[in-house]
Amino acid sequence: MTVLSGWGRYPRVDCRTFVTPRHPDEVAAPVGAPGSAIAQGNARSYGDSALSRETVVSSRHLTCLIDFDAETGLLTCEAGVVLADILRVFVPRGFFPPVSPGTKFVTVGGMIAADVHGKNHHRDGSFGRHVAWLDLLTADGTVVRCSHDQNRDLFDWTIGGMGLTGIILRAAFRLRRIETAYIRQKTLAAANLGEAMDILDREDGWTYSVAWIDCLTRGDAAGRSLVYLGEHAGVGDLTPRQAARPLEPGRRRKLSVPIDLPSWTLNRWSVKAFNELYYRRGRQKTDQVIDYDTYFYPLDNVLGWNRIYGRRGFAQYQFVLPLERSRDGMKEALECISRSGCGSFLSVLKRFGPQDSAFSFPMEGYTLALDFPLTQRAERLFEELDTIVIRHGGRLYLAKDARLPAASLQTMDARAEAFRRWREESGARDAFRSHQSERLGL
Amino acid sequence: MTRTQETGPVLILGATSDIALAIAHQYGAQGRALVLAARAPDQLDRQCQDLRVRHGVEVSTRAFDVLDIEGHASFAQSLDPMPTTIVCAVGYMGDEETSRNDAAAADLVMRSNFSGPAILAEALCQRWVRDGLTGTLIGISSVAGDRGRAKNSYYGSAKAGFTAFLSGLRQRLNGTGIHVMTVNPGFVATRMTEGMDLPKPLTLQPGAVARDVIKADRSRSNVVYDWRWRIVMTAVRLLPEGIFKKLKF
Repeated sequence: MTVLSGWGRYPRVDCRTFVTPRHPDEVAAPVGAPGSAIAQGNARSYGDSALSRETVVSSRHLTCLIDFDAETGLLTCEAGVVLADILRVFVPRGFFPPVSPGTKFVTVGGMIAADVHGKNHHRDGSFGRHVAWLDLLTADGTVVRCSHDQNRDLFDWTIGGMGLTGIILRAAFRLRRIETAYIRQKTLAAANLGEAMDILDREDGWTYSVAWIDCLTRGDAAGRSLVYLGEHAGVGDLTPRQAARPLEPGRRRKLSVPIDLPSWTLNRWSVKAFNELYYRRGRQKTDQVIDYDTYFYPLDNVLGWNRIYGRRGFAQYQFVLPLERSRDGMKEALECISRSGCGSFLSVLKRFGPQDSAFSFPMEGYTLALDFPLTQRAERLFEELDTIVIRHGGRLYLAKDARLPAASLQTMDARAEAFRRWREESGARDAFRSHQSERLGL
Repeated sequence: MTRTQETGPVLILGATSDIALAIAHQYGAQGRALVLAARAPDQLDRQCQDLRVRHGVEVSTRAFDVLDIEGHASFAQSLDPMPTTIVCAVGYMGDEETSRNDAAAADLVMRSNFSGPAILAEALCQRWVRDGLTGTLIGISSVAGDRGRAKNSYYGSAKAGFTAFLSGLRQRLNGTGIHVMTVNPGFVATRMTEGMDLPKPLTLQPGAVARDVIKADRSRSNVVYDWRWRIVMTAVRLLPEGIFKKLKF
């Protein structure tokens, strides 16, 4: 028995068989054994997507790079390769991941399974869009190569399929060229939610855009934000010192949270005070050139930051609303959050482009990501938010979910039923199950 | 390219071990060509390719068996080019319980960790001397060799033998331009220790051991410990035998 949990540290699940194969060929045996299995990468999904009471197959030892074509930027590697590793190897060579989530401690397999998005979703889509092909160990024990041209159906369900179609062994995806390891960032202050959305709509020419949003302000200032726009910097944007080694920014010191903070540390007052300071400081910064680490992964520099929420853990809540309902829906959601008195420490608003594959989270519209310490009040808030999301035709990001009831998913997302049927017909439903898929009836 | 200690090829013996591979990555990152030697080198195909893609260095493999002591001299002679750095990461923990009751199993542990690696190290150093070359030999021994314990008297005594041999070799070759370094890792999270219940603060990742090795190589250290283990082992060595024998660790 191994006790497993995700990044949110809730739930904790007793896993009967936790295996760490040393070779891709060794993955078939535990999958073929009686009972179901689910793949796990670096366990950075927040909830129970990569947890199971039965078999969990970890890719922690499947971390080999296989090929890199510097002409096309096509990287082929095993599923357990961590994004931080890709950055370390390829940024100095002038290449960057096509899409990057908010942490670099995720694996390639995990990025495909959750079809992760980044600050460039409005322009470049999610990670899956850049995947040329992948090798999947399927329910009958065979390894199937799939792509847009080959086993297309399987490819389509696997990207964003939360590991429920099989176990990703290898993948090939395209990196983008960069001239420097720096990002040119422009910060715009928005007095309220409407203004923030106006800016995100208007400034869609920027490669990267995202807004930090204050969920505790009310009235005219409800949803005041700092909108961060970013572009890969050219050598001309750098200081002479940076330009001397444009692809090798200096290393930053890492902090770490050595202990679980008491769970009262984050409350609505401390969060409110933080938000006030953060907004005031942010308003004064306008144009900056910062290294990619600071821009993309600010939290990764605080190792173990999930411990600030204390022992009982925390839950993320991220939803997307279709474009035409975004303004009304987001307003309603913010009012609901503000009323609840739950302080969300890190709230992020982002404009999405269209959905890419069959079960991917993003859709054309707006997404809001929130996180809360796990309290009963937060749980009640989540239920209220579920209703708002359902009413406006939106849906939740399963990589961050640990608590959505099956019934709500069914009402919220018509694709869930289609996915369940596909899983049944392909045999994947017996072979691949996670704690989450059981909970959601997928 | 001129052949110097900093640029020549690195030979890694026992290359399938996690520590060995981590060391290979460190040298690869410095642009050194790598020769990975193992009993079954085809098991290293993925790792070789990984080293090539990551570091853009030449990687080749060699088959060798540390127990084939008759073959060590010809193995050393066959290396072309002769590496400037050689890492011996060969090791086999065995099972203490089995070793007690099975002489062949006990013998295997002792030959794999002591006589095999020692005779091989001798052959390699002699090749350097014969060809008038300089080089660095890095032997991965273990803290287990510092004092015999009930839990690993076979493995520990064999490592003690290897440690003592490296010490003798270092003294003998002093002044010849051939440097012998002994690395004594403590607990390391590897395939060898997978499933063992190790104290977390004293358990290093293979990458951390490898970084220590590279640093020590650069400064031409003699005997290398992780700083935590240096403290622990100093204490362990200082314990009077009368107390030590009563302890249960």
